[in-house]
Amino acid sequence: MKLGLVIDLDTCVGCHACAVACKEWNGSSAVSGPLSDYEPYGAEPSGVWFNRIRHYEIGEYPDNKTLNLPMSCMHCEDAACVTVCPTGASYKRPEDGIVLIDQDKCMGCNLCSWACPYGARELDRSSGTMKKCTLCVDRIYDLELPVEERQPACVLACPAHARMFGDLDDPDSAASQAVRERGGFGLMSELGYKPVNQYLPARKPRPIPVQTSPSPPPGRTRTFINRMIKR
Amino acid sequence: MKPALSVIFFTVSSGAGFGLIALLGLADLLQRAGGAGGPSDREIAAGGLIALVLVAAGLLSSTLHLANPRNAWRAFSRFRTSWLSREGVFALAFFPMAAGYLALVELGAGEGPRAIAAACTVVLAWITLYCTGMIYASLKPIPQWHSPLVPIGYLALGHYSGALLLLAVLACAGHPTSPYVDLALGWLVVAAAVKLVYYASMARANARTTINTATGISRARVRLLDVGHSHGTFLTDEFCFSVARAHARVGKALVVLVGFVIPLLALLLSPATLPVAILAVAAATVGLILERWFFFAEARHVVRIYHGL
Repeated sequence: MKLGLVIDLDTCVGCHACAVACKEWNGSSAVSGPLSDYEPYGAEPSGVWFNRIRHYEIGEYPDNKTLNLPMSCMHCEDAACVTVCPTGASYKRPEDGIVLIDQDKCMGCNLCSWACPYGARELDRSSGTMKKCTLCVDRIYDLELPVEERQPACVLACPAHARMFGDLDDPDSAASQAVRERGGFGLMSELGYKPVNQYLPARKPRPIPVQTSPSPPPGRTRTFINRMIKR
Repeated sequence: MKPALSVIFFTVSSGAGFGLIALLGLADLLQRAGGAGGPSDREIAAGGLIALVLVAAGLLSSTLHLANPRNAWRAFSRFRTSWLSREGVFALAFFPMAAGYLALVELGAGEGPRAIAAACTVVLAWITLYCTGMIYASLKPIPQWHSPLVPIGYLALGHYSGALLLLAVLACAGHPTSPYVDLALGWLVVAAAVKLVYYASMARANARTTINTATGISRARVRLLDVGHSHGTFLTDEFCFSVARAHARVGKALVVLVGFVIPLLALLLSPATLPVAILAVAAATVGLILERWFFFAEARHVVRIYHGL
């Protein structure tokens, strides 16, 4: 299994609901403990987030548009953050490919965050350990939850349905199909980390029917009426 | 990258220590093989002790960089994949080996065991220095570090500062210094050459990763509109440290001047007395600390691209 997210850049509206839902769920989760905030009500609030959305402009006016780019851990197949970890705190689960950090083993050396090109790992100053997206491992296998809710919090929260969760190893999963049909891609693929999370590019705009040939000249009666009645 | 002072001190101090003991061990081995003018047993023991103190101080300083040092003991567990773990394991193996070697020297042990201990100490010092360099060179997201010149630089600069320390130790003991001046000058030339080649290759480095590959928008111009956070994050603290290009140029000129030119002039223009050797060591140390600072400050992690930098 190769669990991951598929994010539709065509429908993402950049509302940050996924990031807020992530913070809410994982902040009270036992997997990585609280996600600390620094000065939450102060002049310069900051803190640990697993999911961050940045906004870009593509192209030049008037042929420009906005790109909203949500980024969290890509759960790379070739995860350098795992190989550089000296303590064994960082690991990739063989059964489903989720990259996790054992909070009891991490010594907070920051090396894994240096090895990650996506900025997916953030050190929590209060615990002194590295934290990252868990793909809501404590939701997706929770048999107490209804089946449709066994998905990461970010996916459930997205109001534009721009996020999909699935097994990208299974060619018949909805996520894999979407990647195939829409030409999904991974970010910074030239670095060779083989990110599992995929992004779907903008759809080809649906053609708007326009009149291409000149309309036939109106008949006699119509020409007569047109002449009689001023519009 | 944000320069981490504890790591800068660690690499400069333990680099000099490993370089010093490697050169002492080599000099001892050459002496056993029939060379003349090598350091006496007392000088080897004293120099070796200084090297051990430098390495130990560096390793202790490196733990200051950890946010959760309680788990530092676990860092030896991933020897098969992690260069940081390998560095730890080899540094740990180095200590008893080097201490045993110095004890053999001090006790006046037989030729065979002493030569084997010296060779093992030298090799462990080399491997540990190489591992330190590879920690940085293995990081693909930092193009300025992902280069074979980085471990070569760590080895060359370690031996350069070690050779100057060896000169100072021998000058202090009243040992004839002229071959050791040549040794230090030789390492000076090698280290300066490696560093200059590194600076030149960094200036011409052409990063494969751009905002286009980072966003997957392959053709159009892509420009950051909003970074999505209001007041800094772990990522901006750690990776978005910048040093102005003009300052970096001045800084690197200072590295060359203080780290290489002043020791060079000191060794060439005056007899290698203790004050001259100490001046050379002090200048080189300041130069290497500056060099390490710019090694961090000028390294540009690719996550900066997402922040419009």
